[in-house]
Amino acid sequence: MTTLSLGAARAGVELRSFWRERDAVVFTFALPAVLLTLLGSLFSGVYEGSTVTSAQYLVPSMIAAGVASTTFVNLGIGIATDRDNGTLKRLRGLPMPPLAYLMGKVLLVLAVTFAEVLLLLAIGMVLFDLPLPASAARWLTLGWVFALGVVACSLMGVAASALPRSARSAAAVLNLPYVVLGFISGIYYTPIGALPDWVIQLGSVFPLKWMAQGFRSAFLPDTVLPQEVVPSWEHGRTALVLAAWCIGGLVLCLMTFGRRSRQTS
Amino acid sequence: MTDHAVRVRGLRKSYRDTVAVDGLDLDIAVGEVRALLGPNGAGKTTTVEILEGHRSRDGGSVSVLGVDPARGGSSWRREIGIVLQATDDAGELTVAEMIRHVARYFPRPRGLDETLSLVGLESKRDSRIRRLSGGQRRRLDVALGIVGRPRLLFLDEPTTGFDPEARRQFWSTVRALDTTVLLTTHYLDEAEALADQVTVIAGGRVVAEGAPDTLGSRDVATVSWRDGREQTDDPAAVVARLTAAYGGPVPGLSVTRPSLEDVYLDLIGVPR
Repeated sequence: MTTLSLGAARAGVELRSFWRERDAVVFTFALPAVLLTLLGSLFSGVYEGSTVTSAQYLVPSMIAAGVASTTFVNLGIGIATDRDNGTLKRLRGLPMPPLAYLMGKVLLVLAVTFAEVLLLLAIGMVLFDLPLPASAARWLTLGWVFALGVVACSLMGVAASALPRSARSAAAVLNLPYVVLGFISGIYYTPIGALPDWVIQLGSVFPLKWMAQGFRSAFLPDTVLPQEVVPSWEHGRTALVLAAWCIGGLVLCLMTFGRRSRQTS
Repeated sequence: MTDHAVRVRGLRKSYRDTVAVDGLDLDIAVGEVRALLGPNGAGKTTTVEILEGHRSRDGGSVSVLGVDPARGGSSWRREIGIVLQATDDAGELTVAEMIRHVARYFPRPRGLDETLSLVGLESKRDSRIRRLSGGQRRRLDVALGIVGRPRLLFLDEPTTGFDPEARRQFWSTVRALDTTVLLTTHYLDEAEALADQVTVIAGGRVVAEGAPDTLGSRDVATVSWRDGREQTDDPAAVVARLTAAYGGPVPGLSVTRPSLEDVYLDLIGVPR
């Protein structure tokens, strides 16, 4: 058995367990879709000088929140649960390369995250007439923001999995920072430019604000730029902040995950 | 050397200022079922975790299937089965899915049907694991421990929380296995029912070792009667002599052997 095929087998087990676990599906997968549908239906109006409706403005931001949910929240809860219920201990006793466990998680996160993005995109297109990115350049933007956002949020999720003390508290512990980040990153409150300055400054420290802004730049026309914090998509800064979180997340991971698994071994 | 599945000499392990294992020796022959008994904190779990390669040691030499567990790689792990203390992982998978998944890690695993019948879970094949009873869950844990055809199986307090019937079923499962077993348990009747040899640990050392029926001079019986008592390894002869001496029934006659529990409590120094 090669590491590759064992990783694929782990992914099969992870995916099956995820879809059968109603908590996981409701909390990390369905919640963003429900919020998008509700909030998108409540908001009304078209931003001045553009053709963008508030609901359309909301969709890319909610896609970013969905990605954060299926990466950060999903991994944080998943690994905390694996540690608490004996999965990690069992795997350590099997002739399995640790890389296969990691591969299983990566493939789970990718599959669930793709499904989440497609679901939110479908809701945005069907209910709120969101157009797809208008040019190859905008598709490219969508691609690199997605890649950096997934890596940064996943690594933070792995690091955060050390916080909950049990599987039972994991959902609560991971969802609190997630919901708070959603508010201070201008996801649920649109447009982001209408938030108080100190909230924007706080939110700008974290990757979610930049991922959401990056997705808006892929889907929305430049005529909506006056609604942003500064009238620019700030692609350079977005890449920089997200990359910094990838590196910081990796360091945090190595520090906390190593320590926690040694404690419980 | 090769007829030993486990060979330990002078094993030591301390946690900060507590000494958990203090110069422990242990030999387990191939094919043997060995029970490790001892009170909480005696060093059982630490010893077993070192043998499983899950914990480092401070001193001593350890050989498990000819390999130092601290350096045992995947090829060594394929020869070993571990049944952990109560777990509740993989609840959303079915019994068959989980057995098949764990089987993938091993080069020559047992078939699903054979594994299920060894632990008596044929009827639960397609049940979700979280719906199993405690006893069924433990039998699944054993199934996952033996599916890879291990040469050595670790069983850590396997029947804690079982009702008497489930324990009997579990015991017959273990007896049916054709492998070396290291069993830790709190139940003396379990050690007596399953083990070829018993090792009693207290304070991180071996305090006694032997077959369950001879451990700590259990083979010495006490004959007591109204006018005296005598220790003997042939109580029938003593009773015959007394009967002749009294010319009939011996007043207040009793013949007793210490139970494994009596011996065990003596060995670990519990006053009675």
